[in-house]
Amino acid sequence: MASILLPEVPVPGFSFENSQRNAFLAQKGFPAPTATKTGTTIVGIIYADGVILGADTRATENTVVSDKNCQKIHYLAGNMYCCGAGTAADTEMTTQSVSSQLELQRLHTGRTVAVETAATLLKRMLFRYQGYIGAALVLGGVDRTGPHIYCIYPHGSVDKLPYATMGSGSLAAMAVFEANWKPNMTEEEGKKLVRDAIAAGIFNDLGSGSNVDLCVIRSQGPAQYLRTYEEANVKGKKQGSYRYPLGTTAVLKQSVIPLEVTSVTVTASPQPMDVEPSHSRR
Amino acid sequence: MLSIDGNFPEYAVPGAKQVRFEPYADNGGSIVAIAGEDYAVIGADTRLSTGFSIYTREQKKLFKLSDKTVLGATGCWCDTLTLTRLLQARMQMYEHDHNKSMTTPAVAQMLSTMLYYKRFFPYYVSNVLAGLDAEGKGCVYSYDPIGHCERSNYRAGGSAGAQLQPLLDNQIGLKNMQNVKEAPIPREKALALLKDVFISAAERDIYTGDCIYILIITANGIQEEKFELRKD
Repeated sequence: MASILLPEVPVPGFSFENSQRNAFLAQKGFPAPTATKTGTTIVGIIYADGVILGADTRATENTVVSDKNCQKIHYLAGNMYCCGAGTAADTEMTTQSVSSQLELQRLHTGRTVAVETAATLLKRMLFRYQGYIGAALVLGGVDRTGPHIYCIYPHGSVDKLPYATMGSGSLAAMAVFEANWKPNMTEEEGKKLVRDAIAAGIFNDLGSGSNVDLCVIRSQGPAQYLRTYEEANVKGKKQGSYRYPLGTTAVLKQSVIPLEVTSVTVTASPQPMDVEPSHSRR
Repeated sequence: MLSIDGNFPEYAVPGAKQVRFEPYADNGGSIVAIAGEDYAVIGADTRLSTGFSIYTREQKKLFKLSDKTVLGATGCWCDTLTLTRLLQARMQMYEHDHNKSMTTPAVAQMLSTMLYYKRFFPYYVSNVLAGLDAEGKGCVYSYDPIGHCERSNYRAGGSAGAQLQPLLDNQIGLKNMQNVKEAPIPREKALALLKDVFISAAERDIYTGDCIYILIITANGIQEEKFELRKD
């Protein structure tokens, strides 16, 4: 029994109470709507002084673009960011949940949390859900042991790599890395390489598009989130004007509520200001 | 013991085996055609793709069937090629039989017949036919894959057809507007509108982009034009 002293604690994890009803509805010809998938290009590399993450900004629902400028590089901790591909809600919620666990860990230990900790939390969560959480992640960050890039698959397997790509544009982006990545690149070289890899995804993969986002995490100092590092595609300029002249829209119904206005005149005469000695000072 | 008449366990019954055959591919692409008093313009994007990848960024999807008729076709590209090849052969036969080239309405009718001929294994193609009719007026014919045909003054088809058509309905059909005067649409405005609707479609449809290839059909012949779209 629930009471104020003994509250009913909700069961952790997903609620499956609507599953049977939804299966019944689907059988009757009312299928559930589909989730937004981010056909995506996400990448990450290790360079001389840390890691660089990159992502495109297109979200799709089947063949229609549902968001032209979405964020796919998620915050995990001050020294870690995580790119997400797959089901949009899953990448968002997984990273948020892990982010809060990492913050608790940081406060508990009083140290900068290791990147491996995040990788472990993520893979455990994804493995527990057996691939039903459709999140494909590229995790990048720096800690006292140096820079790290992890590739985490929806079923919970992990790759630790010097350069990684994920999403539907992963082949296009990996082609760029395989051709041009080398150890100990400078920051400028690294940013150019990541930009090129994302651009390869944007132009050659139909699931990826719009702009390039970058995130540079150096061994020292705060991470630099470069939202819209490059606008890879500019919208075409319209030739015609599509403004409607006044009175084009049909008026379906009209009702007038008369407002009775009674005029009141108020004259203010200048008065000396109340001055009190203030006792409570903030 | 396993015997048919005995206690045959249910799980041991050899199930029906289904062999799947998928004869169609969706190669995407969109078409828009607008007819005016003495002209017709038709444009199609030049992206040919499948799934999440692009085959080519410069595939022309408009077919000059005669100097007064142009067909725009998208969908399953191999069906488009077969259909247009057959169409051209039939038009040539007509010319040899009758010693004159086919008019646009005649081609429109023949295309409908050819599509319905394959009623139960259709050409997976979205067709829009544009040209000048026997009186020299602009005309547009649109089809479903099995031969339904309709004449109109403007039409969008293909993968972004549903995104393109509403703006045409509003700007040319003057739908959902009050106090507007109906007037024949000038050629420059039709051309500008055609480009503008494609700009919008390329924003939202992943199968529409790269370039538009436009043909302008007048009594003096067919003019070509190209217009760049976004490439992502």
